[in-house]
Order: sequence, then structure tokens, then C-alpha cells
Amino acid sequence: MSELEYRKVDSIHGALMFLKGVEDVALGDRVQIRGKDGRRRNGQVIRTSRDVVLVQVFEGTDNLDLENTWVRFLDQPFELSLSPDMLGRNFNGIGAPRDDRPPIVSSLRRNVNGSPVNPAARAYPREFIQTGISTIDGLNSLVRGQKLPVFSGSGLPHNRLAAQIVRQARLPGDSSNFVIVFAAMGVSYSDARFFEQEFESSGVLRNVVMFINLANDPPMERLILPRTALTAAEYLAYDLDHHVLVVITDMTNYAEALREVATEKGDVPSRKGYPGYLYSDLAEIYERAGRLRDRHGSITMIPILSMPSDDITHPIPDLSGYITEGQIVLSRELHGKAVYPPVNVPPSLSRLMKDGVGKDDTRADHPRVASQLYASYTRALDARNLASIIGAEELSDRDRRYLDFADRFEADFVRQGADEERNIIETLDLAWELLSLLPPGELSRVSEDDLHKYHSWEEH
Amino acid sequence: MGKVLEVNGPIVTIQQPGIRNGEQVKIGRMNLIGEVIHIRAEDALVQVYESTESLRPGERVEGLGHPLTVELGPGLLGQIFDGVQRPLDKIMQLSGEHISRGLEVSALDRERVWHYVPAPGIVVGNRLNGGQVLGTVRETETIEHRVLAPPGCKGEIIEHAPEGDYNIEEIIVRLRLDHGPVESLMMYHNWPVRQPRPYRSRAKSGLPLITGQRILDTFFPMLKGGKAAVPGPFGAGKTIVQQQIARWANADIVLYVGCGERGNELVEILQTFPELTDPYSGRSLMERTFLVANTSNMPVVAREASIYVGVTMAEYYRDQGYDVVMVADSTSRWAEALREVAGRLGQMPVEEGYPAYLASRLAAFYERAGNVDTLAGAQGSVSLIGAVSPPGGDFSEPVTSHTKEIIRTFWALSKPLADARHYPAVSWLESFTDYSERAAEWWSENVSPQWSLRRQQALSLLAEADELERIVNLVGPEALSSSQRWVLESSGLIKEAVLQQSALDPVDSYCSPDKQFQLLDLVLQYHQAGTELIDLGVPVEQLTETAFGGEIKRLKSTVSNDDLSPLQDYSDKIRQSFDLMRAEYHNHRGAAS
Ligand SMILES: Nc1ncnc2c1ncn2[C@@H]1O[C@H](COP(=O)(O)OP(=O)(O)OP(=O)(O)O)[C@@H](O)[C@H]1O
Ligand SMILES: [Mg+2]
Repeated sequence: MSELEYRKVDSIHGALMFLKGVEDVALGDRVQIRGKDGRRRNGQVIRTSRDVVLVQVFEGTDNLDLENTWVRFLDQPFELSLSPDMLGRNFNGIGAPRDDRPPIVSSLRRNVNGSPVNPAARAYPREFIQTGISTIDGLNSLVRGQKLPVFSGSGLPHNRLAAQIVRQARLPGDSSNFVIVFAAMGVSYSDARFFEQEFESSGVLRNVVMFINLANDPPMERLILPRTALTAAEYLAYDLDHHVLVVITDMTNYAEALREVATEKGDVPSRKGYPGYLYSDLAEIYERAGRLRDRHGSITMIPILSMPSDDITHPIPDLSGYITEGQIVLSRELHGKAVYPPVNVPPSLSRLMKDGVGKDDTRADHPRVASQLYASYTRALDARNLASIIGAEELSDRDRRYLDFADRFEADFVRQGADEERNIIETLDLAWELLSLLPPGELSRVSEDDLHKYHSWEEH
Repeated sequence: MGKVLEVNGPIVTIQQPGIRNGEQVKIGRMNLIGEVIHIRAEDALVQVYESTESLRPGERVEGLGHPLTVELGPGLLGQIFDGVQRPLDKIMQLSGEHISRGLEVSALDRERVWHYVPAPGIVVGNRLNGGQVLGTVRETETIEHRVLAPPGCKGEIIEHAPEGDYNIEEIIVRLRLDHGPVESLMMYHNWPVRQPRPYRSRAKSGLPLITGQRILDTFFPMLKGGKAAVPGPFGAGKTIVQQQIARWANADIVLYVGCGERGNELVEILQTFPELTDPYSGRSLMERTFLVANTSNMPVVAREASIYVGVTMAEYYRDQGYDVVMVADSTSRWAEALREVAGRLGQMPVEEGYPAYLASRLAAFYERAGNVDTLAGAQGSVSLIGAVSPPGGDFSEPVTSHTKEIIRTFWALSKPLADARHYPAVSWLESFTDYSERAAEWWSENVSPQWSLRRQQALSLLAEADELERIVNLVGPEALSSSQRWVLESSGLIKEAVLQQSALDPVDSYCSPDKQFQLLDLVLQYHQAGTELIDLGVPVEQLTETAFGGEIKRLKSTVSNDDLSPLQDYSDKIRQSFDLMRAEYHNHRGAAS
């Protein structure tokens, strides 16, 4: 099809434009729009028929009118130009530079939507990444190629945690560093700046590609940004053999942009007005993490999302949890007690931990210690709850021990400095120090052997 | 030749006079495959199994003249297929690591040669009916594939191939159909997935499906040919429960359908199953297993199809006289695919966007489970076990609540249990089964006549303990009597020593029926012996201070299925020690008075 420019906008509705009487255009094709002000905008065909074509405009449709809007169909899908020069650069959602440097020129261009990975081509992720953070390494270990989101809330230190992970993440005994893809949607200028400074001060800036859409940038661009960023990540991982760590924030802003368009299109809503396809849409993003059998590189993904009203059953965290390989949940209560990182241990989970820890990877007792800490801490929280009802004095001796355990666990194990890096052995030893507050009869998740080796119980 | 009129996500409007509802169509330059789901005067709607990106109005459309069918014959086992039965490793050879569109790959290998042995009755002049066994090939070391005549054919054998090596497209039997024409039969045939395969009659319910998981087998047993659901919030353990069933169930064939879930979970099966041994045959688990995969990032419409593709293949092995288990993870994703298509068709949503036919589709799917007398005169079964992923973990949502009405075994997973890493997080309060009486017959004959009693005692102890815990949470532990505190102790023991069972524990991942019973029996003996002492006046602290509690909790991981004698020894040890305590207590009291 020719690259014709049309002036046939029939109606404009939110971020959507309806065109009539254009030639047959393909679904997903890239569109350029020019308004009276001469500004060029980008769009994509999201429904197409012989009579009407529906275009979604990433920069929004403010100031566009029906008479003076020119639309050009580029006859190609949205693609990103790829080159090693992307490292150290800063782009917007469609891959145009945000820094004052020239655009990436390359003959290698890929459709940002990617295509689904064949499950038969995947390799199972199992290499333990040490983040230096006890609640992650000890209890919810991250492995290379995993997608492990942080479920947070407004005002909680998720950025600090993500930055600490980026700074400290390494494979024990492996010197190769991660390359970082940072994708930010609808974040404040100061949050974006925080990350930039973090990358700068830890000297990794030259190994970072940033894709940024700020809170005051066009919201619709958020729909394409994570796809653009992951196209870059796949290139870095599978063409250039890097181990890539992708930090995406904030998935909630992404989902809200999706809901906005869905509502404008009149899609049938499911829960809280989000369209029924939110699950599949999120999965298209999250499932791009992983490892492939015949490739050296990998994509490890840490999406950050804020839970509206701290509600983990809200569709965004809920559907994310159904797709990702676990979640690190932050707690407002611990944050209030000045515990950093305020990781809410019981609802946090890493599904890929089971094959990445233990004898050959970390230490033989690791999986059992993790399970024991979970069991003991939830038991301790019950005791704390009981104490709040009947008073600590009324508790049995055993429950009072648990009460003490809960306090120490939060103060010594969960809490650590934003720069404190504990290696996995330190984390496990610390765990045993705490488990030694409880009598051996209470520790049935660990083995007799573990107890002999690591438990130091004195009756007091 | 028709053409495309409109492209709206996976729904494409076409103009193709004469097309039939349900017919497969091939669309556009990319040869996308889809299925007609709605016919109107001027046009028809097609749901497309692949992404429609870059498709444009005006592109050509071709009707294929048949509905969505699967190929049924030797070579299915050990494979992984996509939602429309294309083998994923073949796809990888053609398109690399990413799945490209419009690939035509047949399910069964055309080149592979099988050693075919005709069945005794396959003789010229004999009559042949649909579903009858033509002969056998060894599909894997463990499974003999019984080649079936396609259901529906009926005639007289006029020619047949002798024993020998054939590929699946060679003709092995020719028969003159009753209405005249000659039909050639090969080692495979096609079957439309939305049509249940016929059988002679329903048979009465089967034996327990043993999964090696104590909370399932002992507390909420399921039967072969049954239907079960595993609902639970994210991370509660649905996938692991299903993987454990796939590993350890005493079925002949296991089909794992990954429907809208994670790619890595299928990789895990593909990588671990070949190395695991089937506890019944002693051979690689992969020899009896096959998979259907439409992961969450694969096109939604094929997700809807994958469930039917799966259950049709399951029925096919059932018709060979096998007990087949199909696990589907997750039926919620299938229901969402229905919803997605319904929404695009503008059908009226009734609850949470789901169309009115959700309940009937669910029921029709589960109806394909069952025990049957096959057309070949054998017995076979399909057991269906579906995971359900309720939004927000809310069991009152439409998919969970409709499913609950249909299935007979409900393994409800609980978030608080999962948060405490009590796995499997199957709630003993919310779960149920309708099969416990049938199961009891088997357990009492094969394991112990005490089984029903013990199971009932354990369930009541757990219920009583839950009640007591409520009291403690109101007024504190001091309000309880000694024997009530002992009930709490013992129920804790049941939870940790019996119910909790880690899939990752090499010893405990599979627990034999005998071990299941003996462990439970041991804990209940301990409880009874303790209760007697307490009734005599022995203080409860004296009992809880012993090391028994801690040790009993570890027995599951130290005593192997092959040698249960340590359990007996241990139970003797407890008895002796308690007898001693009783004697001491008597002496003590005697001395005091
Ligand atoms: N029986 C078990 N033994 C040991 N660990 C278990 C068991 N069941 C669950 N787990 C742990 O819980 C994690 C989550 O389980 P699983 O993946 O089965 O959850 P799910 O209910 O399928 O979640 P989703 O709906 O998100 O798929 C597992 O990765 C594993 O670590
Ligand atoms: Mg699952």
C-alpha cells in the first residue's frame, strides 16, 4: 500500500480516532498524525474494516480537529531500531531519544510486540542470584530469568529496594554484571531522577538503557513502552548475550492506561472496570522474561506495582500474581515501624526458589530453613495477635517465646541497611541465630541434622 | 474464495457464502487458521487461533470444509502440543524459539514407523465396528497403543495388512461399509474436538485415584473417572497439586493441559518427567505423559480450544481401555477466553462479563469425565481435574461457583495455609468429596478396615480444634481444660505430621496408601493414649514435654514407603513410654495418699 496521507478523520473520542474511507489497512500498523499545530503524533491501528479504521493515538488527541488532521499509514507495525549504542541512552515509549542525542540508526528493527516464545525452547531458570537482601535471598530467592514483582503502595520504599537490588544483584562466583533495562511509566520526575542518580553513582549508567514516560507525559504511550523496553531487553539478552535485569515501574499506571482505552472502545468490563483481557495483556509483557535453551543471555524481570489502597486482591496485583513467578510484598505496618526493607514475609513468595537453592547452589539447609522461618513467623504473628487481645501476660511460655521471636525476626532479619549487603551464608547463619530462640521441638521443618549443626538451644 | 471484512483482535468478520458454522478457515497471506463461530445473512464471524496483527480487510479467506479435529494414533505420548495440536518441537524446528504464524504441522509424525500386530479378530470376512481394536503397536515401553477403528464405521473386512512395520498413513485394513463403498483404515483417524467420543455405556464408578498425597487420598479421595476442581488464589499451590497428581497418580496415562499459565511450568515438566520413575511401572514418567500447552502469552482463542483438544485425546486413550487423568491448569483461563470472545461478539454478559452459557459449557466439559465400557468392550476412564483461579481468591465468583456445582471433589486451597508454607494448602474445612464411601471400600479391603474410622476421627479432631482455637482467641488459653489442650496438641500433630507434605521432599513427595494409613493411625493412637493419661489426671504439660511430638512430625520424611517397620517400632516405643508414665503416676499418687 502506498504511503498516502489522508484527511478523513470521522470522529475523535478520547485517545481514539475513527477514520472512514481509507484503503484497507492492516491491524497493528503504525500511523503518523499531523494536526494543525504541525506537531507529529504516533498512533496504531487497533481495529480495521472496509468502512472504519480505529486508531489509538499515543500522544493523545488534544487540539486535534476533524478538518485539519492528516493521517499517514506507514504500512508497517511498530518497530524498534536496535544497536549496541542503545546502552547508556534514554528513550521515550516509542523509542525516540529523550536525551539530546541522535536517534538510533540500524538496519536491525524488530516488532515491539515480539511473538510468543515456544515453551519447548525455554530453559528452566535455576541460577541463584544473590541480592544481598535477607528476606529475598533467604526466604524468596530470585533466580536468573525469573519475573519477580514488588507489590508496593504509595509512599513505600519500593524504589529504594529496586535500586538496592540493581546495585547488589550478582551470581555468587560469577563476575559478569547485569545489563539493566529500566522502564518507567507515569512516574514522577523525582522518581526517575532517583534511579538515574543511582545508576550514575554506582557507575553502571553505561550499562543501562532507559525508557521513560513521566507522570505528565502522554498516558497512552505507556501502552507501548514496556513492549519497546522488552524488545530492547531481548536484543541485549539473545543477540548480545547479556544477562539483563529489567526493572519496570509502575505497572499500575500501565493497567490504568489500558483501562482508559478499553472504556473508550466500549470493551466489556470485568472487575473494577478493567477489561477481561487484562490478564492476557499483562502476560504478554511478563512472559517475555526467561531463559532460552540455546542462548547465553537471560531476562530477569522486576516489575514494580503499587496496590491501589494497599489491596492485594485488586485486579492489578491479583492478575500479576497469577502470572509472575512469585511476589515480594511490602508492608505499610513494617514501614511504620521504621523497618527497611519492609518486606511482608507471609504473602511474599518465590516460585522458582525451589530449584535454585540447596546443597549445590547455596547451602543444604536453605530450603528447610526458609520453610521453618515461614512456619515459625506465622505462628509468632498468631501469638502477637493473641497477645493484643488477651494481653501478653496471659500467654503461655511457649507463645511468649514466639512473641520474642517475631520482634527479633523483624528487627534483625527483615531490617537491614539500604547499603547493607549480606551474603547468603550470613543470611542463613542469621536465620539460625533467630531459630535458636525457639526450642528444637518447635522446629519440625528442619532436619535433625540441621539442628545438630546449626541450632544452639539453651533452656532459659 | 471469500474475503476479510473486518479485523477486531482475534475476531475476524469474513464474507464467504456457503461457509458452515464450526468450519475451519484459512485466512489471508499469513494462512492464519480460525473457526467460524457465528453466521449472519451477509457475513460470518471467525475466531482466529493466532494473532491477527498485520491482517487487513480484503485479504482472502478459504473454508477448509471441516471443524477443528485432532489426529488420534500412535505417537502422541511424550509430546507437547499447542492448543490446536501442533507439536511444539516441530514448530521450533520450523520457526525457532518464537512461534511464527501460519505454520502447518501435523500432530503425528508421518515418517515414523511402528511395528503393528493385527488383533486376532482382524480376518477377511469378519465384521468390523467403529471403536474396535484393529491391532496394537508399542507406543512406549510402558504403553501398548491399541489402534482403533474410527467410531461410526461398520462393515466387512475385505483386506488387511499382516504384522509388520508401517507408518501411520499406510493402509492396514480395508472394509466394505454396509452402505456399499470401500473404506481404508490407517493407524490414525481424525475426530472433531467439540464432539465427545462415543462409548457403549457408562460404567459404575471406579477405584480410588491414588495420588500419593495424604490430604487428597485419605481425606478427600477422588475416584478414577471422577471430576475434581482445585480452586485457590495465586501462589496457593494449584499447579503443584496438579503436577504431583501427574507424577504419582495410579493412572495409565496422564495428560497435562497448561491453559493460559506459565511457560516455565511446562518446561519444568518437560525437563523433570523424563528423569522421574513411574512408581507403578518403574519406567520413565514421560512414557505415559503428554502435554497440551497454550501459555498465557499465546493467543487467547487457541486457549479455548486447548481444553477440547486435550479431553478428546484423553477420551481416545480411554477408548483403548486405559485409565486416563487429565489435569487442566487453569480452567479459569479457558473461561476467560470464552468471555473475551463473547465480549467481542457483543453478547450480553451476565456476571462479571461472562456470557450466559458459561455454566453449561463448564458442565459439558466435565461431563466428558467418567468410567465407560468402550466400543471395543473394554473398560476405561477419564478423570478430569481442573484448577480454578478465582480473582482475588474469592470463591463466590462465577467460574468457581459454577464449577463447584458440577464437580464431585473440591480441593479448596487456603491462603493462610499457603502463607504459613503449610503445603499442600488444602483446607480441611472447605474441601469436600462425594466419593468417600466408594473409596472406603477399597481402603478397607486393601489397607485397613479401620480406615473410615480413623479418617472420621481425624476430621472431627480437626473440627474440634478449630472451635477451640476460636475460644482461645477470645479468652486466652487458660480457659481450656487439660483434655481440650491435648486436643489442640494432637490436631497440630495431625496437621504437621500427616496433612503437611512437601512436594520437594524426596522421601515424602509420594506417600503409599499403607504409609498414609499407618502415619495417621500412629498419631491417633498417640492422641488416644494421651487422652487416657489426662483422664487419669496426668498434667498435660507432662505429655507435651516429651520429645514425641517433634519426632512424630519428622517420621514422614524419615520412613520410606518401602519399609514401614520403623512406624510400628515407634508406635511400640510410645506405648511403652506412656505405660511407664501411667505406672509412675499411679505410684506417685499411691505414695501421696
Ligand atoms: N505441595 C507443595 N510442596 C512444597 N511446596 C509447595 C507445594 N505446593 C505449593 N508449593 C510452593 O508454593 C508455590 C506456589 O505454588 P503453585 O505454583 O502451585 O501455585 P498456584 O496456585 O498454581 O498459583 P497460580 O495461580 O499463580 O499459578 C510453589 O512454587 C512452591 O514453592
Ligand atoms: Mg499455577
